[in-house]
This record gives sequence, C-alpha cells and structure tokens, in this order.
Amino acid sequence: MARYAMVIDTKKCVGCTDCVVACKAENQTPDGFHRDWIVEKTSGKFPNLDLEIRSERCNHCEHPPCVYACPTGASHIDKESNITLVHRNKCIGCKACIAACPYDARYVHPEGWVDKCTFCNHRLKEGKLPACVSTCPTHCMYFGDLDKAMSKVSQLLKSRKWKVIEPAAGTKPQVYYLI
Amino acid sequence: MEEIVITSGKMNHHVDPVLHVFGWEIPVYLFLGGLVAGIVVLSALMVILNKTKEMSITASKIPVLAPIFLSIGMFALLLDLENKIRVYQMYLTFQPTAPMSWGAWILILFYPFNLLFILTQVRSGFPEFYQKYIMSKFPKIDDVINWICKFSSQITWINLFIGASIGIYTGILLGAFAARPFWNSAILGPLFLVSGLSAASALILLLSKQEEEINLFQKVIFGLILTEVVFIGLLIIELSTGPKITQQAVGLILGGELTAFFWIFDFCIGIVLPAILLLARIKGKSIPAFLAPSFVLLGGLFLRFSIVEAGQLSTWIPY
Repeated sequence: MARYAMVIDTKKCVGCTDCVVACKAENQTPDGFHRDWIVEKTSGKFPNLDLEIRSERCNHCEHPPCVYACPTGASHIDKESNITLVHRNKCIGCKACIAACPYDARYVHPEGWVDKCTFCNHRLKEGKLPACVSTCPTHCMYFGDLDKAMSKVSQLLKSRKWKVIEPAAGTKPQVYYLI
Repeated sequence: MEEIVITSGKMNHHVDPVLHVFGWEIPVYLFLGGLVAGIVVLSALMVILNKTKEMSITASKIPVLAPIFLSIGMFALLLDLENKIRVYQMYLTFQPTAPMSWGAWILILFYPFNLLFILTQVRSGFPEFYQKYIMSKFPKIDDVINWICKFSSQITWINLFIGASIGIYTGILLGAFAARPFWNSAILGPLFLVSGLSAASALILLLSKQEEEINLFQKVIFGLILTEVVFIGLLIIELSTGPKITQQAVGLILGGELTAFFWIFDFCIGIVLPAILLLARIKGKSIPAFLAPSFVLLGGLFLRFSIVEAGQLSTWIPY
C-alpha cells in the first residue's frame, strides 16, 4: 500500500494558477467550482513584508474527519493509495463531510454528490502525475509515496523545513508546504 | 500584520466565503427531534412513576404526536439532502464513527417501540376513539394489546432510553464536528436534551386541562429553562477559555454578528420572558396560559437556528 503525499515548495510557487486551470480541465469541475485554489499570505510590517503563495486542495488527511463523519461510507480512504475519495453512488449529499472538513476543501457537485481533489487517482493508475503537478511551470509541486524513503517527497521532507495547514486540527494532512 | 487571501479558484457555492451548507431544514429537524425526545422521555417517566391518571396528557395522549413530529423533522432532513433518492444508502451500512449514522438507526428504532408504547396507552388515553374506531373494526386487537401490555415496563424503559438518545444525539450531531469550533462542545448534547424537554413540557402546558398536570409542568418548565441558562453559560465559558479558534467562535454571540439574534430571540424571548410569565402565573397573576409555553417553543426553535448558524460561521481557516 502506498502513502501518497504532495509537497509544494512555497519558495518556488509564483501563484500563476496553472494548477487551478489544469485541475479544472482535467477533472471537468462544474462552472464556479474548484478542487484547488491559490492562497497568498502576506505577513510582517512594511517594508519588511513576507509573501507566501500556496496552492491548496484537499489535504488527504491521515485522520480524515470527513470520512469519520460520513454516514454512508461514501467518503473513504482508498486502501491501495491512502487517498481520501468519495463513492459518487453512495453519497447522499448530507454535507456532513463538508462541515467536518477544517479546510473547506469539499463542495456539493450540482449532480448531487460531494466533490473534492482526488490527487487525480485516475491518472495515477496510468502511471501519470496529478494534473496540477505535471502542469506546474515552476516545478514547485512534487508528488510521491512517503513510504518509499528514496522518493522525491520523502527526500524533500527530510532535507527541507516544512509545514502543514492547521496542524492543531489534528487531521495529519498529507499536503506539505516547504518553507 | 497578517493578511491571507484566496487569489484564484475556490469561492465554491455554499462553502466560500463562509460555510452555509445547512439551511432551515436542519434547525427545524433538530428542534422537532428535541421536541420528540422530550415527549418520549416525559411520557415514559410518567408511566414509570405510575402517574398516568393525574398526568393523562403527558402519559397517554401526547405520545401519539411524537411519530408525527419526528416524521415532519425527518422530511425536513430529507429535503436537506442533495440526493434524496439515495437516502436508502444510510440503511445499507452502519458507520460507528458517524453520529449521523447512529441517528439514522436510532430514529428507525424509535418508530416500532414508540408504536408499542402508544398501544399500551391507547385505551386510557383515547377510550372513546378506541371503542368506536378500533375495537369495533378489529375486535381481536384487545387481546393483542393485552399481550403487549405484559411487556409494558420493558417497552416504557426502552422508550425512555430511545427518547434520551434522540435528545442527546441532536446535540452530539453538531458537537462531533471538530472543524466547526462553535459546535465542538460536549455541552450541546445535554443542552439540546434539556431544550427538548422544555419544549415538550411547553406543549403539554398548551394541551393539558388537568390542574395537577398544569401545576407540575409550570414548575418543571421553569426548572428546565433555568438549567438551559446554566448550560448556555457553561458553553460560553468552555468556548471562551479554549484556544484562539473557539474564542473567535464564541465571539459570534459576544459582540459578533449573531449577538443580537442570540440574546434577543434565544435568551430574552425564549428563556427570560417565559420564565417571568411562568413565575407570575405560579404566583397567581392572570396571564394567558398559552403565552409562556408558546415563547418556550419559539425559543427552542430559535436556539437551534442560532447554533446551527454560529457553527457554520466559525472555522479553522480564516479565509
């Protein structure tokens, strides 16, 4: 079983939004809905300002509150990849998973099921990278298996400082940001 | 200075800029669920205490309203689902970590046991109706009810357990959402149970004509809404003394955008006003009997609306 994770280098991300467009094109998300998005965080006091740009999405948490809250088992962790997914045919649209997600990463698809980032698992099965990762022009996004010590993501997390979003939420996100 | 903005993507409908996935259906369902819980608990208690004659509305008559109210609540819940046809999926599985799954099964358990309870009470609660419409058409039903009444004690205790479970569940349902700091409190369970009991007591006051029953429930309801005040106080203390996110969450009712709604509708109209009116009636003042219980019922509904809204407005992510 793999333990897939995404690592995003905030020092290289320029917020070009190609990942957002690539995701939308690949996954055909409906108008007005997005599975990933760009966040810009400005901190400090002028002129000593610090800008951090992050490409955000579902964090595919190790302890996913969305899965725990789902009454039908539609939200689940894929046994082979550890990716958090939604069985469309089981989803009743109760929105418990949306309320349970501290990252507001989910939304109701107009067809009546809850949608979110899948780490492009359909591409992974074909040996391809997620659309956002393969599109990134600055190569700031990395994807791989954390259970493999020699994978790029494992190496980066060993060699660089990193953070996850809201670690205090206790969900153990699997999207890491190099800082 | 720290400023965080989403510059591209997101702005998903009902998720951004603030979560609003639950509309009027959920507060209505939670209120009716609490009311049903109160009815079931109080009626079972009266039967256990052998007060069926003195408290005939509570013990024998009002239980018939429970499945009607619950069905209306469940219909509201159904309306909230994005994919209503697939609602059966709830009953193809049991997810022990999901309060909603527990709730779905408890609600299903409610109906048969509540029906059995109603059958044990129907002869004393509705003697004329029973003779005229049931006995005349189904003469053998008396034997069936006699047989059911052999298990009256067990049925009553099971109903008491199911009623309390529904009341607490309506609070746990929200309390289990750690992602919504305003909801993430164990106090919501007992708060909603007490609120449900006070709503059911209010309904009994509205329907009862027996002096002993009215006198008892005027006092009961007074005690229950005072308990509600204690639980609301504990909720505010818990959230105020917690981490930054819960402090921000409770700020919604302590100066934030829900302050006016919460303190005017929930607290003043739903608690303080009926408490004053009840106290005046207990002391013999001539105040219309329907006023206080009506405000208690309204207050219970407002409480669910404000808490559901506050939870959705509170978040871990400030953007």
